[in-house]
Amino acid sequence: MARVRGLSRLRGVRVRLVLAFALVTAVATLSTGALTFREARTGVLQQSQDAVIRQFRDHVNNVVADYRLPLSPAQLQSFADDVAKSEPAQSWRVLAAYRGLSATSTPKDPFAELTQDMRTAVATHSSALFQRVTVHGRPALVVGLPVPFEDSRRTATERSGLSVFLTVPQIAEQRSIDALVGAVERATVPALVLAVLLALLAARGVLRPVRALRDATRSIAEGHLDTRLTVEGSDELADLSHTFNETAAALEESVAELRRMETRARRFAADVSHELRTPLAAMSAVTDVLDEDAAHLDPDTATAVRLISEETVKLARLVDDLMEMSRFDAGAATLHLDDIDLAESVRSTLATRAWLGTVHTQLPPPGALRGRLDPRRLDVIVANLVANALRHGAPPVHLRLFGYDRPGAGPWAVIEVLDSGPGIPDDVLPLIFDRFYKTDTARTRTEGSGLGLAITTENVRLHHGTVHAANHPGGGALFTVELPLSQNELAPDPSETPAEGGQLP
Amino acid sequence: MPCVLLIEDDRAVREGVQLALRRQGHDVVAVGTGEDGLGRLLSHGADVVVLDLMLPGMSGLEVCRRIRAGDNQVPIIMATARGDDVDIVVGLEAGADDYVVKPVQARVLEARIRALLRRVGASPDGGLPKIEIHGELAIDRAALTVSSKGVPVALAPSELRLLLTLSGSPGQVFSRQQLLEAVWEHNFHADARLVDACVKRLRTKMGESPGQPRYIHTVRGFGYRFKETAQEPAGPGRPDVSLPGRYDLPGPR
Repeated sequence: MARVRGLSRLRGVRVRLVLAFALVTAVATLSTGALTFREARTGVLQQSQDAVIRQFRDHVNNVVADYRLPLSPAQLQSFADDVAKSEPAQSWRVLAAYRGLSATSTPKDPFAELTQDMRTAVATHSSALFQRVTVHGRPALVVGLPVPFEDSRRTATERSGLSVFLTVPQIAEQRSIDALVGAVERATVPALVLAVLLALLAARGVLRPVRALRDATRSIAEGHLDTRLTVEGSDELADLSHTFNETAAALEESVAELRRMETRARRFAADVSHELRTPLAAMSAVTDVLDEDAAHLDPDTATAVRLISEETVKLARLVDDLMEMSRFDAGAATLHLDDIDLAESVRSTLATRAWLGTVHTQLPPPGALRGRLDPRRLDVIVANLVANALRHGAPPVHLRLFGYDRPGAGPWAVIEVLDSGPGIPDDVLPLIFDRFYKTDTARTRTEGSGLGLAITTENVRLHHGTVHAANHPGGGALFTVELPLSQNELAPDPSETPAEGGQLP
Repeated sequence: MPCVLLIEDDRAVREGVQLALRRQGHDVVAVGTGEDGLGRLLSHGADVVVLDLMLPGMSGLEVCRRIRAGDNQVPIIMATARGDDVDIVVGLEAGADDYVVKPVQARVLEARIRALLRRVGASPDGGLPKIEIHGELAIDRAALTVSSKGVPVALAPSELRLLLTLSGSPGQVFSRQQLLEAVWEHNFHADARLVDACVKRLRTKMGESPGQPRYIHTVRGFGYRFKETAQEPAGPGRPDVSLPGRYDLPGPR
């Protein structure tokens, strides 16, 4: 879940970057384009309209000199024709209006481009007016010019009532403007694409260190404390990577220190056990002598001698357990596998400790359950579980052994040991396999070393099996050990050299 | 009175073991170094040697090897710390007959010694013919001697007892645990490597080719059995190519 959220967050950064880049580019391109377009359009149109108006005025002035007021309809028509003809390109359409009369250079020209407003405005003004109109989708420039006639009697020109209108198609101008819009459009799309690409690149630049950081964090969480990042550049992300590396280094150092301390503690325990072993060997050798002679001593000395003998045996067992534990810790414990009959092995374990009468067994018939296990370690497992049940639970103790085929894992054996005691308190259950864990907090010494269940756990683990404790619904504590019966693939027995013949076909 | 030669460097352990064994009725000679032990064995002999593997100077392993190299088949018990696994295996292969784990109680060591001494003296099956011939192997159950191709083979007590047990019921498969109980009088959960090491030594002494054992066969999943397999005469330097014999046993599970 965290992974999905993290990924979507990273994707979010990428999307946001791309959107921002695209938006900025679009705004920049479009506003630049719009401004350019407006300026260019104004420039193009102004130029052409100025030229047209100047030309128109010149031509009208030239033509008007040939006419005298008042004008007859024929003269008006001739005037309009003359003005139109004076333009060499012959693209002008001219309308002349005089006191309610009007004449067009093209016969029956409706002159739709000319609005009434324009007519009125020209009639009341003394200078040229223009208007850009679009009729039937065709852009055109309409220019209106009131014609003043020079009167010899007056210095000022007066309204003659004659107006001339000109319509010029502006297709060429429109075309240049369209080309301009097209150019802006054509520039915008590549710019946007470029912006998105740049955004992706930038996102990658940002996200790559972020992703590296994420992977490194995960790697640390998985226990690879030597994970470090390559610091590139000197930006904030590089700073972050640097900080990460320092943190990881500090963490690694602390963990290493903890491990060193633990190793030292364990080695100390191993060394102490080892050193205790030699004096214990001497003491153990003579406990039998003490036991034999105690009967002939005075009562106090006899008690003292028996105490020494008993405690020596316990001490020897404790040191033996400690040594065993140290070997597990050091990873020096190995399996010595043999093909055994499990029921026979369990029965033998109970028999050697004189438990056959106290433990109710439910074992498979001889030969029914065979497996490749370490017989000594199996003995330790069974003996510790039964001893624990007898010591901390209450009789009767039940032991059940059976085999089953675990899908995909071959045959497994199950050993269940159930006592009839009060069971294990729920808060103690998780701690029951801990070393030196005692159920009563007073830490009174019991017969066992306090390592029995811990050693059982290690022995089961060495066999790649499982052990767990629970409270039986019917009362009492139930310990269940499950062991795989074919250890061959896991730990080949060196004594079984493949060169040896005599295998069953 | 059986004479036990105790080779142990720690004075307290030496004195303790010596005291305990002496009380059990053994004549105990205790020495502190391997060199002294070898010297004592050469000059006076012993019925059984209890050998600490961790010795200053000449190691217990070396002492063991030298005793066997001198063709002395005296029973040897090595005393070792549990978990010194390499020591046990190497010690067994060097010719030790049995081992005890330190710290050891006197009665445990005593039981081992007695079992070993019984091994030297007794024949497991009195009712069988005195001399059995298995191919080129001749086993004299009364005289407790073995010869291969007419040449006597010197066997240590455990090796002899193992061979006698296996050959006493030809064709029968013995599990390692059964052999541990029958030959070493160990309880059920002893180290099966004791058997493997002894079988290895026995095969070597009988001149078996390791790839194609002729007399003692490994039955995978069960243990060992003795059966004389017909063998083509192999020329010098020519490896034995005969296949292992057929078995009249049910297949493993």
